[in-house]
Amino acid sequence: MGLFILRRVGVMILTALCLTFLVFFLTNLYPNLEKLAKTQGNFRMSDEAVASFLEKRGYLQPVPVKYGEWLGVVPSYRHTHDDGKVTGRCIMPGQDAADAPSFCGILQGYWGYSTVFKDEVGSLVATRLGLTGKLMFWVMVLMVPSALLIGVLAGMREGTKTDRTLSTASIITTATPEYVSGVIFIAVFASSAVGLKWFKGTATSAMESANFENFFLPVLTISLYGMGYIARMTRASMTEVMTAQYIRTARLKGVSFPNIVMKHALRNALIAPFTVIMLQFPWLLNGVVIVETLFNYKGFGWLLVQAAGNNDIELLLGVSVVSVVVVLVTQLLSDIGYVFLNPRIRIS
Amino acid sequence: MEPLSWGEIIVRMAIQFIPVWISLAALFAVSITFKRRLGLYGKLFDSPIGMIGFGLVMFWVFAGVYGAAGMIVTHDSLAQVSGLKNKAPGTPLRMAEDGVYQYYLLGGDNLARDVFSRMIDGAWVVVQIAPLATIFAFMVGITLGLPAGYYGGRLDTLLSFLANLILAFPVILLFYLLVTPEIIETGLPNYMAMVLFIFPLVFVAVLLNSRYYTQPKKRTPLLIVVLGLMGWVYLSLISEVGSKLQVLPGFLDLFDIPGGILVVFVSVVFVNSPTVFRIVRGLAMDIKTRDYVAAAQTRGEGPWYIMLWEILPNARGPLIVDFCLRIGYTTILLGTLGFFGLGLPPESPDWGSTINEGRKLLSIYLHPALPPAFALLTMVLGLNLLADGLREESLKD
Repeated sequence: MGLFILRRVGVMILTALCLTFLVFFLTNLYPNLEKLAKTQGNFRMSDEAVASFLEKRGYLQPVPVKYGEWLGVVPSYRHTHDDGKVTGRCIMPGQDAADAPSFCGILQGYWGYSTVFKDEVGSLVATRLGLTGKLMFWVMVLMVPSALLIGVLAGMREGTKTDRTLSTASIITTATPEYVSGVIFIAVFASSAVGLKWFKGTATSAMESANFENFFLPVLTISLYGMGYIARMTRASMTEVMTAQYIRTARLKGVSFPNIVMKHALRNALIAPFTVIMLQFPWLLNGVVIVETLFNYKGFGWLLVQAAGNNDIELLLGVSVVSVVVVLVTQLLSDIGYVFLNPRIRIS
Repeated sequence: MEPLSWGEIIVRMAIQFIPVWISLAALFAVSITFKRRLGLYGKLFDSPIGMIGFGLVMFWVFAGVYGAAGMIVTHDSLAQVSGLKNKAPGTPLRMAEDGVYQYYLLGGDNLARDVFSRMIDGAWVVVQIAPLATIFAFMVGITLGLPAGYYGGRLDTLLSFLANLILAFPVILLFYLLVTPEIIETGLPNYMAMVLFIFPLVFVAVLLNSRYYTQPKKRTPLLIVVLGLMGWVYLSLISEVGSKLQVLPGFLDLFDIPGGILVVFVSVVFVNSPTVFRIVRGLAMDIKTRDYVAAAQTRGEGPWYIMLWEILPNARGPLIVDFCLRIGYTTILLGTLGFFGLGLPPESPDWGSTINEGRKLLSIYLHPALPPAFALLTMVLGLNLLADGLREESLKD
């Protein structure tokens, strides 16, 4: 088990390095840098001005060197201006060049400086991640129990009317992407055209004080898309368990139906959905970006859109590191949890 | 003129859809009559869920095709008519000339364009891109997944690592990085297209060669003709006059795909193929232990013959089901791209862009955003139900 985790962590680090390099490569293509220079400086810069702007900030070095700097394994770039002033990545505004460290990157705990928000990437990502964490927490609270409940109820007695209804409902939710369900929810529950006005159409105020009125719609929108999928997985695994020999034995012994479901079937039926729930995280991230845009909730997904839209290289890298790590860690956890829950694998 | 009531709007829309109704009725009548002779497709008509799904999908396919032929749409989806900005469904045109449709059936959007016609034209965008992109993703996934599952070992480790690499990437981040005007400028989508679109050629070449290599007289002309034609299409697909990648001279170039569409297409294929790869690899690993594969190996068949003519046909059930689901997923991805305003031109009538435009005024005007939302919902729902029906029927044998 220890070796398994060690090997998985090794692959994880390799994957994260490859992916961040890919992001690095794409964001550092020349047209992207040119766009960065023009949004930072002014839009009517000549080509020479763009080149000197990029030169001064060290953007024109080869990509592997820049990547090494960002990681903190290559000494960072410094530019000596005509008047003898030295600027560079590691030299904070107001700091003397001689005092600044020569390495500053991820390994040193420095995540870079956002060109759009004029702030350090580390603190930006942390704040926004906290807000998204709040959203995700409530999504999990709503999604997981209701999906499991629907799945168990549908799979308990296969082919009945309850099963048909619940299965069709879960197919409908998987067929409704967040931008469709979100729009429909806002139209029905929040717009003045229908007039119900039960909830608010934006979640901006939920960033400070979340309450049922301003936070329910975004949470519902994200959870609905994942809910159907988890419910269908639970149903499939529940129907399989319900046909197993030991369930039949229990029935023949005269154990009551609720008892069979609660004590015999449920634990075995929940192994498969567990991995599915863990693997839902990458998809939820997708939903988070859409819903945060739709409901104007300034969390992690909103940050991703801002970073990518403005080619804010270091912010984008920070965002992608976080999201890639989230994906990989959940994959690892789902594998470990699967082994842990399923005694047949654990023993062999 | 008076604005139409909701009953009249529904009747008038049903009248506009008449070609679709006729085609649907004809298709279902023919299919149900001959369903015993049509294999898996015919069996679909034994399952009510599959029939509903198929009906929904074909409704939008016919609507898209006839819409492109100019039959269902009432107005040009890009034309603006003054005085109809954000007007409610059923609003009549002011001072309409003869021969022009008198009403905006589903109202006007914030640029005074007809919502109904835009919805129909949006179906055409999906019908054009989604199935084709899914086919390409399947070609890539099958060509790489079969050897990975069949041979295993180092090749499998490497390919699986690459697939997991792409899968670990959040889709939206990838879209935001790839589908930008700056990236199109670098010509990167053309190079990616060059790599991804070679797979169908490789696939067909290997498929035919492994089957007919014992009959060189038949094989050689067949391969020359098929590969020649596909190669020509391939070259004109990837080379574009004036872009970074120009292989063919202009007069040989059959068609040009605008950079925006190409990058959307390439990134959708790129996102979908690793999942297909994983499915095909799993199926190949399972099926290669069967007796008929051992029999073929004993006969002395080559590995590619076994992969493509023994394993692949026996993996078709799950693959067909996944194909339907994946078209639905591709439709959702296209909508996502439109929703974030990536790739497709801003005035494009695709559903994602229309929803994105409509949502900005959602608290006052509902009608511009809801029709494309329902259209996308029913189309994807249809594909999901179709996949469910197919799965049910294919499990019955």
